[in-house]
Amino acid sequence: MQTFWQQLINGLSLGSIYALLALGYTMVYGIIKLINFAHGDIYMLGAFWGYYSINLWHFNFLEALLSSMIVGAASGVIIEYFAYRPLRQAPRITALITAIGVSFFLENGMSYLFGSTARDFPQVIKQVNYNFGGVLISNIQILILATAAILMVALQFIIKKTKMGTAMRAVSVDADAAELVGISLNKTISFTFAIGSALAGAAGVLIGLYYNSIDPLMGMTPGIKAFVAAVVGGIGSVPGATIGGFLIGLLETLVQSVGLSAYKDAAVYLVLIVILLILPAGILGKNIKEKV
Amino acid sequence: MLQIKNLVVNYGAIQAVKDVSLNINTGEIVALIGANGAGKTTIVKTISGLLKPTSGSILYEQKNLQQKKAPEIVAAGIAQVPEGRHIFAGLSVAENLQMGAFLRRNRKSITDSLQEVYQRFPILKQRQNQDAATLSGGEQQMLAMARALMSQPKLLLLDEPSMGLAPIFIQEIFDIVQAIQKQGTTVLLIEQNARQALAIANRAYVLAAGHVTISGTGQELLANPAVQKAYLGG
Repeated sequence: MQTFWQQLINGLSLGSIYALLALGYTMVYGIIKLINFAHGDIYMLGAFWGYYSINLWHFNFLEALLSSMIVGAASGVIIEYFAYRPLRQAPRITALITAIGVSFFLENGMSYLFGSTARDFPQVIKQVNYNFGGVLISNIQILILATAAILMVALQFIIKKTKMGTAMRAVSVDADAAELVGISLNKTISFTFAIGSALAGAAGVLIGLYYNSIDPLMGMTPGIKAFVAAVVGGIGSVPGATIGGFLIGLLETLVQSVGLSAYKDAAVYLVLIVILLILPAGILGKNIKEKV
Repeated sequence: MLQIKNLVVNYGAIQAVKDVSLNINTGEIVALIGANGAGKTTIVKTISGLLKPTSGSILYEQKNLQQKKAPEIVAAGIAQVPEGRHIFAGLSVAENLQMGAFLRRNRKSITDSLQEVYQRFPILKQRQNQDAATLSGGEQQMLAMARALMSQPKLLLLDEPSMGLAPIFIQEIFDIVQAIQKQGTTVLLIEQNARQALAIANRAYVLAAGHVTISGTGQELLANPAVQKAYLGG
């Protein structure tokens, strides 16, 4: 039982990071039907920003987190502007391949500029473990869970209660009708990229604190896992991405805890295959039939 | 108010509108009738900025519209109720209306418009917190019209507002169009339901294969034998 609670806590911590990433995937997909494969690399940029801002300018946790969200948002907006916007009318596969290209550009660009070796993320907060009846919870885990929860509530508020959030939903259901009430597609899409990428930037700093190690290719695997999480939850669905993120985090921890660490990535992809076979729209996804 | 001169619009490889000229004067209801594929919707979409004309000009209050994007055209005072209604499914009725007022800043005056719209369409007030997708076809049409009115348009473009509706709703929609005109909004009405459209229109144009073939007042067209034969079933 003790092991169960321990793994639950570990899984939720990791899952909340996947969930933050999956939210960006699902929001971008919802609005322009693009799987933004460069999304994981924004998380890497966020982690690097956290690394340098803490080391060079001695930012505290909150400063590093907020500034990495700004950096993430700016990178997302810039990438959309230069890479995806010119392809808005192009076939979807063109934009998808471009996204993979952007991902390679960011990974290799960062390797070139900063070196490809892994580096230790500065411990801006000293780790303290609390023992709850044999279950160890670190202050970092609590911080990750709390930060993720706050960001998710904030996101929900933006999407449901603000004018821009409502406009985002309007564009995602009917872009032409949205333009006809005066909503600018470009601004709304930029806004969506900014929000989704800010969450990725935050996730980058959180993972840096959690795993202590960052490198220019760190966004690859978590990016794909978060994509799986978004598909499992139902791509385009915001609550779905959150649920999917936690599920993937828990699954990965579970597989590790039964001694199959080497297969933890394979297990995630297996889930993707199973979901696509039995529930192609995901847990909360709408089964939308293409209108003829 | 709006002058269209020698408008040509291509839709992919097809020339959907070939050399159309028409005028809309302030305060009028102008009907545009014609068979499926005559180019009616293409004209409306070109006015509202969703399509770009190949040649020709659209002058609105002496300003050229053809290079402007759809949101700028809404800002200039032209609102379109698209064919098939295109309400925002998944958003509540109230959110749909809020989006109709997207470009307006003054909260007080938005609230006033909302009250006016709810007065005109009491059913929308009853259903304000419901998902717009759960409304009936007639209610969705009312929502689409109400949403367009929330932008306080000077010119309202209505594309097939009666299409697919029960007869009881059709009469109501035409009554509402007349009420909108009485309040000072100019209307361009696209209709397959030619008889009722001509009955309330000040002037009308008949469109066939991308050309204007006949034009005149609503009454003239109702009495025109060619129009009767082709569009009024008799």
